[in-house]
Amino acid sequence: MPESEALHRRNLADFCCSALRNMTQSVDGWRVAVAAVAGLVAVPLFVIISSLLKPTQGIFDHLVENVLPGILTNTAWLVLGVSLGTLLLGVSLGWLTGVCDFFGRKTFSWALLLPLAMPTYVLAFIYLGLFDFSGPAQTAFRAHFPQSGFSFPDIRSTAGVIVVMILALYPYVYMFARSAFMTQGKSSMEAARTLGLTPTETFFKVCLPLARPWIAGGLMLVVMETLADFGAVSIFNFDTFTTAIYKAWFGFFSITAAAQLSSVLVFIVSLVIILEQLSRRRMRYTQGGGLGLETSRIKLVGGFNWAAFLFSLSVLLAGFVLPCIQLLSWTVEVFHLEFGSRYFWLVGKTLFLASITALVICSVAIVLAYAKRRHKDHYTSGLTRMATLGYALPGTILAVGIFIPVAKLDRVIVHWLNSFFGCEASTFLQGTLIILFTAYLVRFMITGFNPIDSATQRITPSIDEASRLMGVRGFSLLRRIHIPMLRNGLLTALILVFIEVMKEMPITLMTRPFGWDTLAVKIFELTSEGEWERSALPALALLLAGLVPVILLMRKSEK
Amino acid sequence: MHSTLEVKNISKGYHNHMVISDIAFTLHKGEIGCFLGPSGSGKTTLLRTIAGFEEVLSGEIWVGGSRVASRGFSVPPEKRHIGMLFQDYALFPHMTVFENVGFGVRSMKDLQKKTYIMDQLSTVGLEGVARKYPHELSGGQQQRAALARALAPRPRLLLLDEPFSNLDVALRERLSMDVREIIKEQRATALMVTHNQQEAFAMADRIGVISDGSLQQWDDAHAIYHRPANGSVAAFVGEGALLPGTVIDSRRVECGLGILEGSFSSPCPIGCSVDILIRPEDVIHEDDSPFKAMIIHKTFRGPNILYTLSLRNGDSVLALVPSHHQHRIGQEIGIRPQVEDIVLYARGEVCLTEMPDPNERHKFQVHC
Repeated sequence: MPESEALHRRNLADFCCSALRNMTQSVDGWRVAVAAVAGLVAVPLFVIISSLLKPTQGIFDHLVENVLPGILTNTAWLVLGVSLGTLLLGVSLGWLTGVCDFFGRKTFSWALLLPLAMPTYVLAFIYLGLFDFSGPAQTAFRAHFPQSGFSFPDIRSTAGVIVVMILALYPYVYMFARSAFMTQGKSSMEAARTLGLTPTETFFKVCLPLARPWIAGGLMLVVMETLADFGAVSIFNFDTFTTAIYKAWFGFFSITAAAQLSSVLVFIVSLVIILEQLSRRRMRYTQGGGLGLETSRIKLVGGFNWAAFLFSLSVLLAGFVLPCIQLLSWTVEVFHLEFGSRYFWLVGKTLFLASITALVICSVAIVLAYAKRRHKDHYTSGLTRMATLGYALPGTILAVGIFIPVAKLDRVIVHWLNSFFGCEASTFLQGTLIILFTAYLVRFMITGFNPIDSATQRITPSIDEASRLMGVRGFSLLRRIHIPMLRNGLLTALILVFIEVMKEMPITLMTRPFGWDTLAVKIFELTSEGEWERSALPALALLLAGLVPVILLMRKSEK
Repeated sequence: MHSTLEVKNISKGYHNHMVISDIAFTLHKGEIGCFLGPSGSGKTTLLRTIAGFEEVLSGEIWVGGSRVASRGFSVPPEKRHIGMLFQDYALFPHMTVFENVGFGVRSMKDLQKKTYIMDQLSTVGLEGVARKYPHELSGGQQQRAALARALAPRPRLLLLDEPFSNLDVALRERLSMDVREIIKEQRATALMVTHNQQEAFAMADRIGVISDGSLQQWDDAHAIYHRPANGSVAAFVGEGALLPGTVIDSRRVECGLGILEGSFSSPCPIGCSVDILIRPEDVIHEDDSPFKAMIIHKTFRGPNILYTLSLRNGDSVLALVPSHHQHRIGQEIGIRPQVEDIVLYARGEVCLTEMPDPNERHKFQVHC
């Protein structure tokens, strides 16, 4: 029947047209941009995992036999110790400042966040300097008690590095636990009390289980930081994956072995990422409104009051105040020697790298946020999450995972240049800042994306429509509505990324072109020779910069 | 009379699903129209199509005597001179109330503009908070600020999208009266959508009941309540029961309440099976009436009690009885139907499966 056939054909044509339209609609500039950034995260991961398929060289066999068991044990002890320690400190302090009331509570509640400003490696070398055999602590002890015969435990030990990392990282758990305890509010606590539970039982049976997703979220951040840490462990000569990767590359000159070691770490990190995403999802579901706590905190009296005060004070002293004093006294000692044109070069290069990266990341983050705003489908939001997942990947892994494909691409470009133009070039991309910037982009994308994204979400579709009805659209809409509404978020994002890049150590160390030393790299070089005093000046600069985001955080948690 | 908004048989949707189909109505200058329908009925889409954020598949929209939309043609929203009050208000958070209201006001000198905006603010009673930012205002104040902003450019038509849904019930009633007064005072023409019939009755001159994307009836409040065009309007507006019955002659119909006599809402052939709409106030309680029905449910409402009654033949009706007539569940009471205009639908025309509002479970009894 020709008629039905014609109809069938028309249907088919309609179907093809609409399929084509759907495809062209789904492939628009926004989505392509998000996919490209997600690709930047996926490529290093792919490169590293596929390195396992490469023929194992002698070096990797050596590593597997002699190095891997050691670093696996070390990493396990480190993660376990730091997790337990940060949990104990973070949850107890979060409970004390969030729910109880004791002498100095208000000050402690923000001051206990201060250790966040101190990079782990800075705290590490200060502690080594303080408690080494020749350091001020042991020297003073020997001077006062010459015959005591008491020997200090060695600070260069597993316990030493764990303690330092706990002091540097507990604020993550503290912050999350505290806000969880505070948002739960009184109602659930009071309900438990009316059902006959004592305050202690209430804490363990109601408050702690309710806060578990938050605490787990904070803990996963701690574990990620611990796994990613390079500076502190290398200062302590404590071998973990990150230092082993560094040594494989720069000691044995085998990037393949470095990539293969990285792949093991990638599996561990993936596990942590999954746990973190799960705890985040549960945070969303269990968040409930609570009553204000201010009127009825649990008042600690007598001995409890002073115990809480002394506990908080000693954590604050150990984590921030004492290290600061030591840092300042060293800085004063060496200031006239270190402060000069070489220092300015260092600062200048650090600021340059940090500001360029901040600008690039924030521009890309704006594109991601607008893409997410325009397309509210699962496809785009999945890609956005992928594009911002780099924060979980340790810097050492990113350095290796981005160096390898860029070097490959470089060989292709150089070959092409040589055969077509007869150039004598040996490298084109290597030796430029491109690897460094790409790795920064992947690692710190989330730092820039989060503040910009939350600002973008405030520009609801109806705000666009309202201004359009009043004749304001296009560029004018951007200028009068979007930019003013995005300004604060953008500024926060710029500052946060800027400071993260300043403090970054392994990526910069491993992929910087010759002569591009930053303050963090300088600290690595000086501390690897045991020059604690001379590291103090660059460390102080990083500490001051690091205070800015902590202050921003404090102001946010005040609200 | 000059009509401000003319909607001529517009449709909108996709291949196999029409969001709105064949809607036509006229709103005259100075009138307030209201679309009433359950969520998902297409009423917000209709509003957004009139505003120009969506295009029509067929039909035409005319605003103030000029065509603004037809198939393949659409005047952009900013050229339509239409104001809109959004459900979430969409106030610009980085601007003060004063700046928000002044945002759409152009072609005025600074001083003149300032006086004008202050005038607008005082109509909505917000002159005291002109320098405040939206987040410093209460919900009701935010709503009035958004209203002032929408009215300030003197739009030819004001659209209101569920304007009271974000407010608590006590505030709703007061504000709906306030808003009506403000709109009337400014002689604006307005069209709003809501799912709340009390709001629609309080605000609107003309009400359109919309369900499944089609306009069921476009009429004034009285007609919508007392002469619902079909069962779905009857189901959505007010309370009542549909009783199955049979037409005896052109003025009489037999049902569980006996033989009712009155003028029919639509002519029905003799012997035809029909459903008759019985409102709770149509059933009068009289102790000495020989006609008895058993109470199966009761709801105390202050001035009166709503009884659900089971008739002899098993059908049930609602009766609204002054609240000093206290009776127990299970008791039989005397009733008398008082129906002059009989609203009836040919049997099978209505099949109501969905309760419009879960809070009002007495609203409708379904007999299919």
